[in-house]
Amino acid sequence: MNMGMPVSQQPMRAGGRLERVLRSGRFAVTAELNAPDSADPAEVYQNALVLAEVCDAVNATDGSGANCHMSSIGCCALLTRAGYETVFQVSCRDRNRIAIQGDLLGAAAMGVKNLLCLTGDDVSVGDQPQAKRVFDLDSIQLLRTARIMRDQGVFLSGRKLSTPPRFFLGAAANPFVPPFDWRPLRLAKKVEAGADFIQTQYCFDVPRLKQYMQRVRDLGLHEQVYILAGVGPLRSQKAAEFMRTRVPGVWIPDEIVQRLAKTPKAQQAEEGKRICVEMIQQIREIEGIRGVHVMAFRQEEAVREIIYRAGLFPRRPQQGVTPEAPTDVSVPDWLVSSP
Amino acid sequence: MTTSMQEAWRAPGSEWLKDHPRFLEIAYDSSRRLFVRVYPVMKHISPALTERFMRWSEDLVKGWIFNCRMCGQCILHSTGMTCPMTCPKALRNGPCGGVRPDGNCEVIPEMRCVWVQAWERSQRMRAYAHDLHLVQPPLNHALQNTSAWINLVEGREVETPSGWGLARPHGAAGNAGRVE
Repeated sequence: MNMGMPVSQQPMRAGGRLERVLRSGRFAVTAELNAPDSADPAEVYQNALVLAEVCDAVNATDGSGANCHMSSIGCCALLTRAGYETVFQVSCRDRNRIAIQGDLLGAAAMGVKNLLCLTGDDVSVGDQPQAKRVFDLDSIQLLRTARIMRDQGVFLSGRKLSTPPRFFLGAAANPFVPPFDWRPLRLAKKVEAGADFIQTQYCFDVPRLKQYMQRVRDLGLHEQVYILAGVGPLRSQKAAEFMRTRVPGVWIPDEIVQRLAKTPKAQQAEEGKRICVEMIQQIREIEGIRGVHVMAFRQEEAVREIIYRAGLFPRRPQQGVTPEAPTDVSVPDWLVSSP
Repeated sequence: MTTSMQEAWRAPGSEWLKDHPRFLEIAYDSSRRLFVRVYPVMKHISPALTERFMRWSEDLVKGWIFNCRMCGQCILHSTGMTCPMTCPKALRNGPCGGVRPDGNCEVIPEMRCVWVQAWERSQRMRAYAHDLHLVQPPLNHALQNTSAWINLVEGREVETPSGWGLARPHGAAGNAGRVE
């Protein structure tokens, strides 16, 4: 495969905060925003506020788990307006190529700098399994389409754009599910299609990630793309069991579940956070990992504590946050008293 | 039969054939060489009949062996002799992140992931093993239910949206017409 120069020496893609942090060599932190089941913008701001202080970009999910929530583009519109750095997640499940390309232009016009191209969880796991699957493009085709729009300034059809969108292009990777030998080569394919950064699926198995990264380094891919490892706190043993059986693509080894099972119920959430912190500390040592992506489903308030305890402070808070955010968000004690 | 059962069902004997991808690879190569010669004659006699005959025979043969969905843009030789259209998400570029730990499909738990099979089989191929790593263009849905063989010879199969071919190799790209 014809690999170009290292990604850090390539021209700036969109100039957003996440890109600048990664290019500067600092360890990046992104976090996932849980899109509300609500038409109230305050709920988006409330969820984002606790994240924005501790991370370089906030991912706005696109119907995660095939459940219906506020749209990714809606969340991005609200958040970019309030000065947050967002990652616009686009899944191929719900929209065809016409709708997606239109959304990319709309997102760029609103100031979105980062795009995450996903295949998307299947409709059968969500709250509306009767829905039609679209999958007109797959994640790699979507990635390349976005790159064509950015670099060549045309739609997929070849029709010219008067102003091309500027995006820092992201893709997902899952090193923790079969076919294991293919996963690093599939990453190479995503890099070839245009990925500038990668956010992985939840990592609960560091040895597996190490194996994967060894192969990635052998292929020279860690120089071609910024890799952020996905992490997240497990709230309880029950939550761990739910995730490993019901959430597609999440691999949780038995040791982790047993560790939670041995902990008294009242302290399981704390133990889950401790596991997450340990994961981050171990992951950070792996050569080629340039950041972490924290996915704390319905536990946004835990993210700050995890980032702090993992030794990733001090971080410069996102600028321009935020005239429209509500001021009455309750702040936990430890947050106020931390240095 | 539910949709999920239909997807998981495989015709008798077809699994054995697909598990000998080296044989299928040779069969593909020789059929292509033969068809390229025969097609102009067939077309000369009757284009409409040729289309009907090819559609019927592809549906029958590829339907039996590969559970073919008649997408009209056959890339079987690039995907380990495993039809990517039988993937419930119809992915053309490899497995999604939802593959189960046992190698089965996210959507149909009783079915082995199409791409896990594609990977295993491609390892046993010679001429086209590496084609698994090619970036496949978006599907042309207008070619659904047409003959992939005829599309191949006529060059319709390799036609991509005109923007698609403009992508430069990774690393060579900058922002279009911009000065940083």
